[in-house]
Amino acid sequence: MNRWNFLAAIGRIFIVFLNTTGHLILFTATALRHVVLPPFFLRITFQQMLRIGYFSLPVVGLTAIFTGAVLALQIYIGGSRFNAEGFVGQVVVISMVRELGPVLAALMLAGRVSSAIAAEIGTMRVTEQIDALTTLATNPFKYLVAPRLIAATLTLPLLVLVADIIGVMGGFLAATQRLGMNAGIYMKSTMDVLEVEDVTSGLTKAAVFGFLIALMGCYHGYNSRGGAQGVGAATTDAVVSASILILLFNYILTDFFFS
Amino acid sequence: MADQTQDTPKIAVSGLHKRFGANQVLAGIDLEVGRGKSLAIIGGSGSGKSVTLKCILGLIKPDSGSIRIDGRETTGLTGTAREQVLARVGMLFQGAALFDSLNVWQNVAFGLMQAHGMAAKPAREKALAAMAKVGLEADLAEVNPAELSGGMQKRVGLARAIAPEPEILFFDEPTTGLDPIMSGIINELIIERVRELGATALTITHDMKSARRIADTIAMIYQGKIIWCGPAGDIDHCGEPHVEQFIRARSEGPIALDVVRA
Repeated sequence: MNRWNFLAAIGRIFIVFLNTTGHLILFTATALRHVVLPPFFLRITFQQMLRIGYFSLPVVGLTAIFTGAVLALQIYIGGSRFNAEGFVGQVVVISMVRELGPVLAALMLAGRVSSAIAAEIGTMRVTEQIDALTTLATNPFKYLVAPRLIAATLTLPLLVLVADIIGVMGGFLAATQRLGMNAGIYMKSTMDVLEVEDVTSGLTKAAVFGFLIALMGCYHGYNSRGGAQGVGAATTDAVVSASILILLFNYILTDFFFS
Repeated sequence: MADQTQDTPKIAVSGLHKRFGANQVLAGIDLEVGRGKSLAIIGGSGSGKSVTLKCILGLIKPDSGSIRIDGRETTGLTGTAREQVLARVGMLFQGAALFDSLNVWQNVAFGLMQAHGMAAKPAREKALAAMAKVGLEADLAEVNPAELSGGMQKRVGLARAIAPEPEILFFDEPTTGLDPIMSGIINELIIERVRELGATALTITHDMKSARRIADTIAMIYQGKIIWCGPAGDIDHCGEPHVEQFIRARSEGPIALDVVRA
């Protein structure tokens, strides 16, 4: 009897998983249709780009500069064990541009932006504002979801570009001010090793992560139920699912670009 | 081709069914609202009033049944076809449902700009005119809705509903949560604006004073069905025990017995 209960529990979880996945795929397909088909709400899209991009600069910048600086110190300590201290600049720039810039910026934005989108749209759902949009002959996907998806997908690569530069500068400051390295040699070794593909792959990842961050915020907010508690749950789910998807897609994209 | 003769009801609902899981909310709703007429649907909490309204508006898809507006079937409409129907409709939500991100005039002008493609300047003028019709001063135009009282928010919601001069107006619990004086003001505003527009109105409420005041016809919904429908003046001596109990707010009667049994 216990064995059957156990199997039934697994079956229920699997059905819920399939149901949620199907629901998310349908939501994504509907959202993408409204992203590419007019009319476009350009003013709202621009407002969202400001909220997602410009106002996230401080948190992303701080994350990047300290990550770059810590990376330089750690690589120096680790490298000194086999006389490889001179590779600090190269390793910092490749790590930042390929991995840490996109992933850390995306994770910070998952906390800051995905939660904000889920809370805003979730509140609109439970206060009937989304129903009001519909009765005013305005498609909520067109007005709420599409501008946020476009804004996040376009903005995150720009943020990551800034994060890459600030992260490299953080490594530069730690290497030259704390470790006493020569500034000219450090910068030359950094620029010599950097390739265009390192930057483009990082920015492509950033665009995908931006899409996922906005998608999770919109999906969980749009489907929130049950008042303040439901909105709170939607916000948490948006951050958790966005973070997991960022890490999952980071592996998939890394494998795709570098294998 | 939809039949749009003078005799065709503006709204005709027949055999409407809707179930949420094991809960059969609508069990065959049949009702009609004539052109320029005002119908109020009364009933207890959870009786299916809001679901009926949301089905008519296309916010909820019914399991079966027919909803005709001007003789045209609307249950299967999506996309642009649904938006064309909704562009002729105004709706006042129970909590007003004003957009937090927009100020008062932008809320009122929203339908004009989005559904009717009006430019911002004329839309603002029309919004101010609609605000004046519900007794809102022009200096409130730039105020955020969150700064307004519940009664003022209801007025803004009403201004938003009437601004595009719709053919059909829906009111979801228009007086719930308001003090008696503000309830009376909202009732009078609804009557005046519906009369001025020549619109068809459908109101759901459990405020009997409001229902008697604003409706030509009252229908009572109970266990997902319309159990009585007639002129507003007849409701006090209709002889239907559920209706009698409801309008006299008696704790004893067939509705209370069902609650005890449940």
